[in-house]
Amino acid sequence: MTTTAPHAPHRENDFASEHHVYEPHVVGLPPLLPYAREAWRRRGFAIELSRTRLRAQHFNTTFGQLWLILNPLLLAGVYFILVDILRAGASGPGFFAHLMAGLFAYYFVSGAVREGTKSVVSGGRLILNTAFPRVLLPLASVIIAFKRFLPTTVIYVPVHIASGLPFGWGILWVVPLVGLLVVLATGLAMIVAAVQVYFRDLKSFMPYLLRVWLYISPVLYFAREMPEEYRWLLDANPLGQLLSAWSDVINGGVAPSAYSLAVAGAWAAGLFVIGALFFISREREFAVRL
Amino acid sequence: MSSLSVSSPTSVRVEDVSVTYKTSLERRPTLKGTLRRLGRRERTVHEIEAVKQVSFAIPHGTVLGIVGANGAGKSTLVRTIAGILPPTSGRVEVFGRVSTLLALGVGFNRDLTGRDNVRLGGLAAGLDRAHLEAKYEEIVRFAELGDFMDLPMRTYSSGMYGRLAFSVAVNMDPDILLIDEALSVGDARFRRKSTDKMRELCGQARTIVLISHALGLVRDLCDQAIWLDHGVLRMWDEPDAVIDAYTEHLEVSQDAVTLEDV
Repeated sequence: MTTTAPHAPHRENDFASEHHVYEPHVVGLPPLLPYAREAWRRRGFAIELSRTRLRAQHFNTTFGQLWLILNPLLLAGVYFILVDILRAGASGPGFFAHLMAGLFAYYFVSGAVREGTKSVVSGGRLILNTAFPRVLLPLASVIIAFKRFLPTTVIYVPVHIASGLPFGWGILWVVPLVGLLVVLATGLAMIVAAVQVYFRDLKSFMPYLLRVWLYISPVLYFAREMPEEYRWLLDANPLGQLLSAWSDVINGGVAPSAYSLAVAGAWAAGLFVIGALFFISREREFAVRL
Repeated sequence: MSSLSVSSPTSVRVEDVSVTYKTSLERRPTLKGTLRRLGRRERTVHEIEAVKQVSFAIPHGTVLGIVGANGAGKSTLVRTIAGILPPTSGRVEVFGRVSTLLALGVGFNRDLTGRDNVRLGGLAAGLDRAHLEAKYEEIVRFAELGDFMDLPMRTYSSGMYGRLAFSVAVNMDPDILLIDEALSVGDARFRRKSTDKMRELCGQARTIVLISHALGLVRDLCDQAIWLDHGVLRMWDEPDAVIDAYTEHLEVSQDAVTLEDV
């Protein structure tokens, strides 16, 4: 049979072109560059999804969008009471600022993971009926978490000033560190989103995993206060060195150590690559698994 | 199986396509189930051959009807054409932009408003925002939903669901429209309106794939039809011939199948 229509080059998962070829995928991965290009082209979907989800979450509450400020404030207050009692009131002036900055960074990552867990599974009908790069679903989760994270910076600034902590150019280190947090959160969100499809119990384990993760991260204490026998956790925990550097930059006013940056960067990049490859190689199976 | 002559350029070519599902036996895979099965050394997946070596081509501007009993693989086949399910073997080639209207309640999140759902569905399908806004009024007007567009979709009746789904799909100006039993939505008046809209789209030299149990409608609207039986392509011919053969098969096999809307 001869073709009567023009032949475009073969590209699987090339959602953009007007010519599509669908063939069995021998190895799970579609061509990554066209995939990434198409995901970027449809980024409006992820942004819109995060916007509507965020709005729906506080739709029926009295305080509405004010919860974006109230939640982190209450959270910081609750943990401060806990930790201050454990420390018998000997926290020192900069401690509350450290606790707050650490909590907000941690809650950005854990929020992305929590949202990411349900992102694919709750996308049921959309996944069954529309062909689009599924990676946009966990990406929307990261955007949701980031939009929650942004207002917290506004809350933090007065606490920083009240604690008498310095402002200097070193604070600009925050920008690459936030970048690393985003990369790390995206990688983890992609992993848990795909795992949740095959292993629905993950969602039930998640609160406990996330709580342990907070306790082993240098948030409720300074990294330097970790006992010697637990110090390895700083390297083994994807957030360990990153949050340690975070506290150094924001509360200590010093540049992060090269070692911290290297470990944090390796974790973020590694989890991102693993997460992306794992998710994208699996995503065409999601439609039959939901 | 007779092949129809293909004169105009092809819109969709399905070559020797098989789709095999691997599903776990349980509805929801859980650790407990996995551990229990591991203990008993049972196999976790079983395979469903939904579509078996089906080949056909749809010329540009043709309305193709797909008939067959429930579970014959009609929806799976259409999902493969839409690029949602990968074929297990064979090859699907599609020329043009596809809009899908697969089953009722297309891609809709019940907690979001109708407006959000329309926007999200369109953006996911790859439409740009400006085009979407331009189409929005048309979609709402056709669906006749008015103020309901700003309410969560959980407040909609099933008829309203279907009307919106139909309206979105037909107003997206697709080159290829895939419709899965969606014409029987809404009240009699809307059904007539949607049939009219379908007829209008069919007249616009568009390629349409229509899955329907309403055999009368297939006879009326389609230029060609295929009959799927347990995943196998039994027939590909003029609608009259296919429907006659299919109806005869149903009567002969004595299945307690009623012919809806014949």
